[in-house]
Amino acid sequence: MTYDLVVIGGGPAGVAGALTAAQAGLRVALVDASVRLGGQYFRHSADPRPAPGLGRFLRQARALDRRADVRLRHQVWNVTREPGGGLTVHATAPDRTAVPLAARRVLIATGAYDRPLPFPGWDLPGVLTAGGAQALLKGDGVLAGRRIVVGGTGPFLLPVASGLAGAGARVLGVFEANGGLGLARHPLLALGKAGEAAGYAAALARHRVPYRTRQAVVAAHGEREVEAVTVARLDKEWNVLATRVVECDTVAVGYGFVPQIELGVQLGCRTRQDVDGSPVLAVDAGQRTSVPGVWAAGEPTGVGGWRLSEVEGRIAGLTIAAESRAAGSRAPESRALEGRTDESRTDESRTDESRDAEGRDREGRDGEVAGVLARRRERWRAFGEALQHAYPVRPGWQGWLRDDTLVCRCEEVPLARVREARDLGATDARSIKLLARPGMGWCQGRICGYAVSCLAGEPPQPPRRPIAQPVTLGALAELTDDDPTTPPLT
Amino acid sequence: MTFHITIDGRPVPVTPGQSIGAALHAAGVRSWRSTRFGGRPRGLFCGIGVCFDCLVSVNGRTPERACLAEAAPGDEVTTA
Ligand SMILES: Cc1cc2nc3c(=O)[nH]c(=O)nc-3n(C[C@H](O)[C@H](O)[C@H](O)COP(=O)(O)OP(=O)(O)OC[C@H]3O[C@@H](n4cnc5c(N)ncnc54)[C@H](O)[C@@H]3O)c2cc1C
Ligand code: FES
Repeated sequence: MTYDLVVIGGGPAGVAGALTAAQAGLRVALVDASVRLGGQYFRHSADPRPAPGLGRFLRQARALDRRADVRLRHQVWNVTREPGGGLTVHATAPDRTAVPLAARRVLIATGAYDRPLPFPGWDLPGVLTAGGAQALLKGDGVLAGRRIVVGGTGPFLLPVASGLAGAGARVLGVFEANGGLGLARHPLLALGKAGEAAGYAAALARHRVPYRTRQAVVAAHGEREVEAVTVARLDKEWNVLATRVVECDTVAVGYGFVPQIELGVQLGCRTRQDVDGSPVLAVDAGQRTSVPGVWAAGEPTGVGGWRLSEVEGRIAGLTIAAESRAAGSRAPESRALEGRTDESRTDESRTDESRDAEGRDREGRDGEVAGVLARRRERWRAFGEALQHAYPVRPGWQGWLRDDTLVCRCEEVPLARVREARDLGATDARSIKLLARPGMGWCQGRICGYAVSCLAGEPPQPPRRPIAQPVTLGALAELTDDDPTTPPLT
Repeated sequence: MTFHITIDGRPVPVTPGQSIGAALHAAGVRSWRSTRFGGRPRGLFCGIGVCFDCLVSVNGRTPERACLAEAAPGDEVTTA
């Protein structure tokens, strides 16, 4: 059986896209690696506590369950183009068997993950990413620790700290490396989110959590797990001005997010650089990537919060449904073969405007909705970009590292080896990786990739991972050999 | 409501729906693996299946990510 649409990712973007398309009558499957729908923002435990927007999301998730084939605990590790032009989404089931799903169209809604920066001791147990601490609390009802230090940059630190404090942890401080103006001048206020900012400020005040700007966790100390951290006062470029030691049992740190785009990169989707330098998938007004039949929504197209993800998902669902109707009895496979290749796509023959006009002619109401949604998307996109401007990563963090600080946790590559590679003439992240092996371990450079790029002095490059998830040889063997996009076994 | 899994024979309580990594972390077991070269202790880091720090062997199977694996009654976790 061939699905009209296979959605990869069950967060705000994926669920909105899948439900919109399913309600339009498409045959839809949604695949997610987690045990429950929700993604990061709507992550919830088996017995969820009320949270803003969660009730509505859960109703949508139940509606989706009735109308679509929802596959949880399934990891997608590759998407391939079939000789006939269709797509196959390759997933691994919980029992590790291969599950190939044939699809006319695919929506990539794989979200993002925390962007960590290395510092001495960051691999001690008890040091978690900010999102990791949040996921433990939201998904498992587990407090990451008792005495917690929250650090990094960006507005995400606020819900993390107030969530932990509200659940009973002692949050010893929120150390925001940017800013300099304090919570009362937080950019959220300027962006018309005064209510939200005030809510977090009140929660932090209620729990007596200090919020300090231009300060950061620059080292973690301990034998078998973290027992204390060094907190530094920073200058504008994040060079250390003064330090003090804070005793704690847990650290939650995050310096923004890294969009997960490898499935799109494997398929050859065009990428662009987001405001913060992150490579993201380039999409048109209808959320189409440069590759026929492949859409993207949510954080893979740029980070801007769950509302942006959701509205992008809905827009993708509408344009997918419209194209599916337009294709009618004509198999989309044959259209894909009509020369709509990467280059020809961008595209003199068929502009966004003409596509939108086509959509309006066919289905007046959908056209109306798309206008409202498009404006909403512009608003949230501007909001996301403003936040990326307000919370950049400054180069001074490189001075926090010592020679023996691990840059790559998987292959245990210390800074000294990265420097050696650089001295041997490796001037970009790729050559450093080949010489010193950072990013060659289990996580395939997801965790250290950003830091290695910075150390090499170049912007982060789109990930070149032949597979998005580790996979068994058996599953690989089930790929047809003559398939030109079969991943090389590296 | 709660059930138990074991780590190297010691019981660890689980609230239904929790991941193995979350249950271990909540019980104060914050590392369950040592790195290949430096023998450094490792447990949860990213919490969402990205970093692979939390690899663990459950019921003798090949290692999997503890933060993604939902705990089931009687699961036997062994550390290397
Ligand atoms: C750990 C973490 C916690 C966060 N917590 C919050 C928070 O509390 N509040 C907040 O405002 N923002 C939070 N964020 C930011 C958050 O990402 C966005 O607000 C929002 O969830 C983005 O929605 P999305 O649909 O684009 O992606 P996500 O919500 O990230 O959804 C993506 C989904 O795709 C799935 N997926 C990815 N790759 C694959 C694959 N190969 N195979 C199968 N499934 C896959 C994932 O399991 C996930 O469910 C968090 C981010 C992270 C990384
Ligand atoms: S904690 Fe990162 S993969 Fe489990």
